[in-house]
Amino acid sequence: MDQFLQHILNATILGGTYALLGIGLTLIFGIMRVVNFMHGELYTFGAYMLYMFVMALGVHFFFGLVLAIVLGVLLGALIEFVLLRPIRGADIDTTMLVMIGAWIAFQSLEQFTWSGVAKSITTPFPADPLVIGSVSVSWGRVFVFTVAIGLIIGSHALIHRTRLGKAMRATFQDRETAALMGVKIDRIYMATYAFGSGLAAAAGALLGPIYVVYPTMGDSAALKSFAIVILGGLGNFWGAALGGFVLAFVEELGAGYISSGYRDAMGFVLIIIILIFRPTGIFARKERVG
Amino acid sequence: MTRLGPWAVVLFFASVPLWMTDQYFLHILITTGIFIIAAMSLNLLLGFTGQLSLGHVAFFGIGAYTSALISLGFDVNIFGQMLILGPQPVWFGLFCGVIVAGLAGCFIGKVSFKVRGAYFVIVTISFAEVVRLVALNWVDLTEGPMALNNIPPLTLWLPGLGDTTFWRKTPNYYVVLLVAVFSFELIRRLVQSRIGRALIALRENEPLATSVGIDVTRYLVIVTVISAGMAGAAGGLYSHYVRIVDPDVFLFIYTVTMVIMVIVGGKGTLWGPIVGGLLFGILPEVLREVAPPDVQWMIYGAAMIIIVIFLPQGIVPAVTSRWRERRPARNKSGPDEQLDQA
Amino acid sequence: MSASAETSILEVDCIRVQFGGLIAIASMTFHVNEGEIVSLIGPNGAGKTTAFNAITGFLQPSAGEARYLGQRLNGLKPNQVATLGLVRTFQKTSLFGGNTVFENILIGLHRQGRQGLVGVLLRLPGMRAEEARLREEVQEILDFIGLAHRTEEVASALPYGEQRLLEVAVSLATHPKMLLLDEPASGMNPAETASFVKLVKRIQARGITVLLVEHDMRLVMGISDRVVVLNQGEIIAEGPPAEIQRHPEVIRAYLGQGAAHA
Repeated sequence: MDQFLQHILNATILGGTYALLGIGLTLIFGIMRVVNFMHGELYTFGAYMLYMFVMALGVHFFFGLVLAIVLGVLLGALIEFVLLRPIRGADIDTTMLVMIGAWIAFQSLEQFTWSGVAKSITTPFPADPLVIGSVSVSWGRVFVFTVAIGLIIGSHALIHRTRLGKAMRATFQDRETAALMGVKIDRIYMATYAFGSGLAAAAGALLGPIYVVYPTMGDSAALKSFAIVILGGLGNFWGAALGGFVLAFVEELGAGYISSGYRDAMGFVLIIIILIFRPTGIFARKERVG
Repeated sequence: MTRLGPWAVVLFFASVPLWMTDQYFLHILITTGIFIIAAMSLNLLLGFTGQLSLGHVAFFGIGAYTSALISLGFDVNIFGQMLILGPQPVWFGLFCGVIVAGLAGCFIGKVSFKVRGAYFVIVTISFAEVVRLVALNWVDLTEGPMALNNIPPLTLWLPGLGDTTFWRKTPNYYVVLLVAVFSFELIRRLVQSRIGRALIALRENEPLATSVGIDVTRYLVIVTVISAGMAGAAGGLYSHYVRIVDPDVFLFIYTVTMVIMVIVGGKGTLWGPIVGGLLFGILPEVLREVAPPDVQWMIYGAAMIIIVIFLPQGIVPAVTSRWRERRPARNKSGPDEQLDQA
Repeated sequence: MSASAETSILEVDCIRVQFGGLIAIASMTFHVNEGEIVSLIGPNGAGKTTAFNAITGFLQPSAGEARYLGQRLNGLKPNQVATLGLVRTFQKTSLFGGNTVFENILIGLHRQGRQGLVGVLLRLPGMRAEEARLREEVQEILDFIGLAHRTEEVASALPYGEQRLLEVAVSLATHPKMLLLDEPASGMNPAETASFVKLVKRIQARGITVLLVEHDMRLVMGISDRVVVLNQGEIIAEGPPAEIQRHPEVIRAYLGQGAAHA
């Protein structure tokens, strides 16, 4: 039972960051209809930026975290402007291939810059874990969870309580009409991509110290993000958030009780099963397939 | 291309071992050839049928592992039952590799083609990842990260010589060349036929294709099976040439390599994957002195972006349309030729 | 109304199409007799294309049934419906744009070919003969439609009116018993429309039943044996063109949209 509770706790904490990844991608995917293969690279970027600020430049941890996220947002904006905007009208295959090319180039760049050796980031948290009854959790993870939840709530506020968010939602529902109503699609797309990328970078920066940082860490993050988006339905905020937790639970419990080696496969098997039985995802509302 | 052109190319490549003394370069040509076969198979799916399947390396790896396991023999415990197989002849291993890969293609085809577009891409990538993790974790069968090694080299029965084992590079080269030519011809016959037209139809306009009676799903699955089997053959050749295979063979980077070969060479053309394959098989070697792999990949990534945006049809169509422009007076190419390049 | 000697080959029986809360077609019932040219008309948004989609398998009706030659069409996929001999065209021009006119029709002849995978790969003897036969037939269809002068042109380069003709040619290639044409003359100028009328009559003469959706009233009244009027998801009238023109319900339906051209 204790083990079970521990798994639940771990899953909950992991779920928070997965939710960030999922929300970021579902917004990009949903509003811009772009298969964002760079999402994993933003995750990696966030982790490396935190590493750079904290370990190489000696910046204070929390400040470094903020910087990493901000840089993630900026990089996202840059990518949208340089890569996505020029190919805006192109068909989905072209866009996907461009994104894949960017993925390869970017990952190689990181490999080149930081080498393939895994890096670790030291945190300012006490080493002893927090013990609650029969379960324990490191302070680092508590911090990660708190920030993640904060970002989720903040994101929701941005989408539902700001004008920008309203414009984003309008663009998601009907791009043409939104444009006719005066929404500047260019700006919305850039904002969406930057925002989603920022969330991915945040997830990377948060998990960086928990795990280690290496150039290909974004690959599985990317695929998990896709799994979450499929689970939750395209453009569905709470679907993605919930999907993040569901995936984390499936992974944790699967790894704990079935086999830990297949941990990363859980998400994918989940996707395949879902797509066999419900091609539009579990929580999808109105959705066109493909 | 005239009728003689392709034969000239084949003859040229057949002559290479006769004058190429650099064994290392021969080795490069062999691995490039194997990748070209895989790229041709991906082109069938991606280029001719328009399905952006990004899990293709799974079929390659399945072919490699199957052939290796069959020819090495294995014993494995499945749900309490022992399954034992003694070592089988290499040709049988290759055959099984093709069959199993084809079956995987059938399964993944039936599952993936329930969805389209981006979802389809994600399913195919996920499938390849699952297969990789199985290869990594099912140590009982696959040795996991310790790799399957000492895979027997190609052994074929030749008239007059009996069972010959191909230890040296040259015979391996010829086997790969033969399989490549065979695969090329298979694809050519397929796409220059009624079935090829159906594939182009469903790529260009699926609703219209289905409204004239083309059973889209059925054709997609057929093509996937053939494509997978062919990739499985390439994988089998790989495992018996390199003689060691580990789960890294399933890495996404290899799918990307194949995709780049097809896209840059010219998707949906017969010669595209060959041009692309030669380019990306040989280029890394040529550039090895000048730039480390990371930098090379940065260039390839950038190259793919540039090609996709500026030369979306790839190299071969760009070259052939220039060629056509210079010879307008020739008799109008029949629909056969055009569909070939379409 | 219809003489009892005529046999109905398409029966649409209380078809209902509903998307969530939106009712596209409430309850649609009509039939088409063999050899007829029937026009399905109605104000914009009445659900005519949706009706085509529901009949030919692009959509599954929420209720009701469509029958073709007695066979239930519900649940069939579009290619299965086409195999039965019931073929539709699309409202928005739908062609294999990157291919030539010749290739477009050749693709349409797909079901007339028999060569399967094995035959193709092994280059079995029948293949070459079959290909030659198919190519001849493309030429016939081109002549019938009047596009022979465009044989080698890329479909997307054709003028709009000829693209619409090509669509009809492709559908004819499937050897249909019945054609569902969705606004085939839209965008055609009066000269093109006039020759299109003749084309449809020639198609009828070949024994093909035609159901068409159209907005051009002159075309509709000139060509149809019967007219069926769809408004707000229901059939409000059906009968010979002259009757329909004077039908009070029909006039009311159209007055809301602006007067019908006549």
